[in-house]
Amino acid sequence: MTAADLIVLSPLVVIAAASVLVLLLIAVRRHHASAVGVALFGFLVAGAALFVAAAEVPRAVAPLLVVDLYALFFMGLILAAGFTVTVLAAGYMGGRGGQREELYLLLLLATLGCLVLVASSHFVSLFLGLELLTVSLYVMIAYPRTDRRALEAGVKYLILAAASSAFLLFGMALVYAELGTMEFGRMAAVLTIRVNLDQRLLLAGLAMMVTGIGFKLAVVPFHMWTPDVYEGAPAPVTAFVATASKGAMFALLLRYFIETDAYAYRPILLAFGAIAITSMIAGNLLALMQDNVKRILAYSSIAHLGYLLVAFLAGGAWAVEAAAYYLVAYFVTMLGAFGVVTVLSDRRRDADALADYRGLFWSRPWLAVIFTAMLLSLAGIPLTAGFVGKFYVLAAGVGSALWTLVVVLVVGSAIGLYYYLRIVVVMFAPATPGPEETPALAPVFPVAGRVVLAVLTLLLAWFGVYPAPLMRLIQATVAHLG
Amino acid sequence: MILCWLILICLAGGLLAWLIERRGPQWPRWIALGALTLDLVLALGLWLWHREVGALPGASGWMAELSWPWIPRFGIRLHLAVDGLSLLMVVLTLFIGILAVVISWTEIQDRVGLFHLNVMWVLAGILGVFLAVDLFLFYFFWEMMLIPMYFLIAVWGHENRIYAAIKFFIFTQASGLLMLIAILGLSIIHYQQTGTLTFDYGDLLGTPLTPATGMWLMLGFFAAFAVKLPAVPLHTWLPDAHTEAPTAGSVILAGLLLKTGAYGLLRFAIPLFPEAARTFAPVAMGLGVVSILYGALLAFAQTDLKRLVAYTSVSHLGFVLLGIYAWQELALQGAVMQMIAHGISTGALFMLVGALQERIHTRDMQRLGGLWSVVPRMGGVGLFFAMASLGLPGLGNFVAEFLVLVGAYRVSVPMTVLATLGLVAATVYSLRIVQRTFHGENLGGWAPADLTTREMAAFGAMILALVWLGFYPRPVLNTAEPALKSLQVIAAPAARVAWKEHP
Repeated sequence: MTAADLIVLSPLVVIAAASVLVLLLIAVRRHHASAVGVALFGFLVAGAALFVAAAEVPRAVAPLLVVDLYALFFMGLILAAGFTVTVLAAGYMGGRGGQREELYLLLLLATLGCLVLVASSHFVSLFLGLELLTVSLYVMIAYPRTDRRALEAGVKYLILAAASSAFLLFGMALVYAELGTMEFGRMAAVLTIRVNLDQRLLLAGLAMMVTGIGFKLAVVPFHMWTPDVYEGAPAPVTAFVATASKGAMFALLLRYFIETDAYAYRPILLAFGAIAITSMIAGNLLALMQDNVKRILAYSSIAHLGYLLVAFLAGGAWAVEAAAYYLVAYFVTMLGAFGVVTVLSDRRRDADALADYRGLFWSRPWLAVIFTAMLLSLAGIPLTAGFVGKFYVLAAGVGSALWTLVVVLVVGSAIGLYYYLRIVVVMFAPATPGPEETPALAPVFPVAGRVVLAVLTLLLAWFGVYPAPLMRLIQATVAHLG
Repeated sequence: MILCWLILICLAGGLLAWLIERRGPQWPRWIALGALTLDLVLALGLWLWHREVGALPGASGWMAELSWPWIPRFGIRLHLAVDGLSLLMVVLTLFIGILAVVISWTEIQDRVGLFHLNVMWVLAGILGVFLAVDLFLFYFFWEMMLIPMYFLIAVWGHENRIYAAIKFFIFTQASGLLMLIAILGLSIIHYQQTGTLTFDYGDLLGTPLTPATGMWLMLGFFAAFAVKLPAVPLHTWLPDAHTEAPTAGSVILAGLLLKTGAYGLLRFAIPLFPEAARTFAPVAMGLGVVSILYGALLAFAQTDLKRLVAYTSVSHLGFVLLGIYAWQELALQGAVMQMIAHGISTGALFMLVGALQERIHTRDMQRLGGLWSVVPRMGGVGLFFAMASLGLPGLGNFVAEFLVLVGAYRVSVPMTVLATLGLVAATVYSLRIVQRTFHGENLGGWAPADLTTREMAAFGAMILALVWLGFYPRPVLNTAEPALKSLQVIAAPAARVAWKEHP
């Protein structure tokens, strides 16, 4: 391990150190604000370390990790998401009693897992990162131990994630058995050299890996856990599950496919095509039937991962760019949407019933405007980042002549409009104090949470109106892959 | 630069109107009115300044142009340009926009600032649609005008507003996405042929396409425009949206939003895909004729006054579709004329129904009657615009429909004959409006206040405009002519051949 290795790994080292620091802090004295402070500071320092690391890339550290501009871009994205979630969680947990400090420890560890994922170039580091992320999430989801819904969600996630990890592991074993290597870079080489490969074994291995990856991405038919976990988990944790966890997995999937040249496997591509189509259709259709905002967002995220898969399947020069842009837009939007849910929640329960949003525009106009902007971005309406993201994905899809996928994307978007507008309509409806089934919430609105939401909204508008700088950044970093 | 100002003034005026609301409900109204008047002055200035200029799309043919880089990754530019056709539409937009603000002066008492924000932003989107000559930018504005319109219907609309708003939004958005795919397809085909990625209208014109590809892409555009126009069978959102929208919303919908569909056909769908459009023309003209007759028939069957007027729009816009796809000089002139005249006459009818509803809270014709003796001014105005709607000679609508029919006659006699029947039907439903509302016995014992000076001023301006269009349409026709000619040149077979030989 040389000094240069340490420099490129510095973001990971900083986050790991921050988590140890939080651990020690809890051991010495429980103090919510300092735990939050250390976590936030850790995210900031790690973010700064990205720029230091950028001088030394691309660099492979052992055969396990490769830190290149692609990895750094997604690390930055994940760190920003982690930072945002920490701020939101601080406000969310602030009003609650009990032992709150470990949440930040787990959040740092989960972020570390994501960072490892986006930099991994080897099955071992892949699995290491994945498990670090998943095990942290088990606890984060069930963090409010007295809440039955959270516990249910946690157990559900535990069982299904463990099963999917087993699938992934078995798949990797099969691929390893056939190719004799676990490094992404050498797999492509082996594939071109060896001729007498047992394709069936390889395909079976890949299929099992798709199962494991599909679970993390929450695409149909591996999506069953999504609505329950989204609904049960505390809102900031849901934001993390929706963004960082999926984003890291998607970045890994892209890297794996490009570096091992898995695009050559038509059956796998067909499988992904079917997954994308069913995700877009089922996600949007199932969201129509929900009355719970968190569940609506859960199904919406399923559909959005379907859209992302269209970019992924397009391959070629635009695919990586489109996926990266879409992920940025998706991160901003989902964090904003769950940010609003978080800010509106009080100590008793999350603001997830549609009724909680009735007349929001007249009582809290700015929050309603922000939430409307986020929902319109999810629907892909101009002036928002989601629109440019969707345009990018469609351009990639049309460029590769994936007509079926493109048409399904359009149909899905049209269906999606209905449930996004439903929430908007409720927010703009007059607040009628009718027979309330759900007790009204008494949120506290911490200042930090509001600032974060304002920043996210500005980013949303910026990426939607003047996307050129972000596109240049993506071209300069992510596009170097493959 | 002036083009950019036109849009920016609208956007900024809307924001200002919203922010200034806390000072009092009059402020947003005056701000909106002031901003739109300023815009109208700018647009009229542009018109007078460039009266003599002929317009050929391309580097120098535009009256005014503005082109800034925007998203270089895709070769997308902030490219605005104006020729005679766009200019007429811009002036119409601002004229109708001012009337929409004036007519809402007393109707809207609730969240006045936000209302004017939405009105101004929908107008900004419409202006953008008429000015954009980059296809991405065009789509951007196309979608941008939907959101404020959606809120206008959903927040300030009538009884069944949520249903209408969502239906309107989903229809237009879904068809818009089809157009987006077509835009992308065209641009990428151009990219594969030339190696430059661009969404610029001028560059994409004359892209050689196989007949099948051209047809599919043309249909993508046609879907979006036919929904907006609306052409039967894609019209079902229209009666709901028009009926449920507040008066200003209906006026903007009928007067302007529908015109964006016609403008899109004229500017994009046909010139970009001339061969496909020629093949498709009989179908489109057929749809136009069906729209004329079916719209008129349904209009006749309505008892809700607002719904009736909404269906007359379907009928009148059928003439536009017929004229455009006849692709013949006179017919095109007629189509443009119809876009303007219909914008004014139908806008006025919606304003009248709105004024009536504001006073007596019903639009049901079965409960109305005998209003002439109580509100003679309203009756007179109503009679005038009903006459305009049925195509009385001397008014703008007559010139428009006559030109369309003369032009279409040279292309297809049977269709023209059928379309002419629409005029008869128009007479019936227009007279029915007058008869059921103003004549007969005053069953409900209505005694509303007559039109105020403010309302009379608005209607007076519209009456003058229609009479002017009817007696002296030359300035309008002269302004539109060079633009229409150049569109015809672009789409002519000879030009296409030349293009292919010397790309």
